[in-house]
Amino acid sequence: MEILAEGQGELLGWHDPDENRQWVREHKSRQLVDKRMTVREAVERFVHDGDYLAMGGFGHIRTPMALVYEIVRQQRRNLAVAGKTAVHDIDILIGAGCVSRVEVAYAFGHELRGLSPAGRRAVESGQCRVVAEISNGGYQWRFLAGMMGVPFIPSRNMLGTDTFQKSACRVARDPWSGKPVCLIPASYPDVAIFHVPRADMYGNAQIDGILVEDFELARAARRVIVTAEEIVDNEAIRAEPWRTVIPFYVVDAVCEVPYGAHPCQMPYLYFFDEAHIGEWLRLSRTPEGTEAYFARYVFGVEDFEAYLERVGGVRKLSYLRRVERLQERMQAPWLDKE
Amino acid sequence: MPIEGYSLRKLQACVAARMLENHRSVFVGTGLPMIAALLAQRTHAPGILIVFEAGGIGPQPPVLPISVGDSRTFHRAVAASSMHDAMSAAQAGYLDYGFLGAAQIDMYGNINTTVIGPWEHPRARLPGSGGANDLGSFCHRTIVIMQQDPRRFVTKLDFLTTPGYLSGPGARERAGLPAGSGPYRVITQLGVYGFQEESKRMQLLSVHPGVTVEEACASSAFEILVPGRVETTTPPTEEELRLLGEIDPMGISVGR
Repeated sequence: MEILAEGQGELLGWHDPDENRQWVREHKSRQLVDKRMTVREAVERFVHDGDYLAMGGFGHIRTPMALVYEIVRQQRRNLAVAGKTAVHDIDILIGAGCVSRVEVAYAFGHELRGLSPAGRRAVESGQCRVVAEISNGGYQWRFLAGMMGVPFIPSRNMLGTDTFQKSACRVARDPWSGKPVCLIPASYPDVAIFHVPRADMYGNAQIDGILVEDFELARAARRVIVTAEEIVDNEAIRAEPWRTVIPFYVVDAVCEVPYGAHPCQMPYLYFFDEAHIGEWLRLSRTPEGTEAYFARYVFGVEDFEAYLERVGGVRKLSYLRRVERLQERMQAPWLDKE
Repeated sequence: MPIEGYSLRKLQACVAARMLENHRSVFVGTGLPMIAALLAQRTHAPGILIVFEAGGIGPQPPVLPISVGDSRTFHRAVAASSMHDAMSAAQAGYLDYGFLGAAQIDMYGNINTTVIGPWEHPRARLPGSGGANDLGSFCHRTIVIMQQDPRRFVTKLDFLTTPGYLSGPGARERAGLPAGSGPYRVITQLGVYGFQEESKRMQLLSVHPGVTVEEACASSAFEILVPGRVETTTPPTEEELRLLGEIDPMGISVGR
């Protein structure tokens, strides 16, 4: 195949497909075993300094926040993070100093809420390096190639742009059409973390609503941690097997964490806690404020349950449930901007 | 610079909505694009198919979504699928229109949403492509909604995030991008622009009420082509303004 151009971005998380097959053969159990553990234990065992980490969901939708806070609490360092539409999740990790490298499809922004002060400060000061650019479509196809066990996926995006120039992709001549085609390299994150509505103790996990790229990411990642609103009996999974998005054999740890996506949205269950996200965006404008946030909400509480109390407890969580069910109107600090 | 009776953002939403044809599909982001698509759905294009990149397909949102992945983007949808599904549909040719925002644009409709200043040491780091490069590569027609001034309408982008017509006629096809796709319209607070057929350069189509052709052209660092006849943008109708109030009652994207 004729190579026409090579992107200059750093290639994160690529392995020779045979090497990865061997890794899977040796490290991923095909046995139905109880994988329940605490969030603390899951992070201790499966998230290491220097790991290449990816978060499931969509940046501030169905994000595994209990795991994100635990990574902060355990002070992991030098993580490389997949900016595959990373929003509040990566902002917290960067703000806490856990991240040194990012491959960016979308990061450092909060959609309608504006840009992320902590993320921008880290990149503009050089504390955190962007090592490659890519697009959202491109990133999820990296995981598709990974889950398929092939070295790359051909695509027709990124061609002709600086996004390609700073990516880890290549352009080759398609042997059939003769046209240039982008080759997107496979990605196998060291660890991927997810939050789902329900899973059983073996790790069979079900998702309600859009999957974003969780189907592909869970199968591509080497280690997978799943937190669930509820751990259900295996019979409940088997009664509706078509709902299973992540099968047990790719999962390494399962933790029951009600409201585990707070302050982000959990479709059908609870809405964004805009007041809390607003507090973070306000405090993270300065390094001192950022430190104060973590002192109050991570280091100053014993665990996620204590955090939920601190952010407003049952009263707040009930309100977020009502907003998600359209029974109450959303309140948001950024609404008063204009 | 509010014009009596309606805000410029409302005008932009109406202009964008009117561009969408019934029984076509549109790939939308949050904010004005969402409002434009919903307005089109409630006026001349009830049969428009709305698609969100995270997997919401054909939704009927009860309130305005605040993210392209939030649960309102698949409320009463025909499918809640995945990004692989939405992006593949676009790459395979199912997506007619795509909306984009931009920090900078050049005369060929190329867009920057990645950095201001050099990439290695940016003065300002912006969020990056997101789905923009995918939309700009795949959709048959892309529509850009952005603020216009000479720092945003530039001769040279700091970073080419999303392809417009690249370096001119034929360049997209030579790069391997889907044939016949590309930027269609640019909507700013001053006017509406298209791209001249032969040169693929940006040209003025209409100026908003109260704006002169000279003002529109002066608010750009590159030369904007001006055809013999420039229209004046039709202001929002009372019906459109009423519907905008229904779609965005809290003024999330169009103001109150």
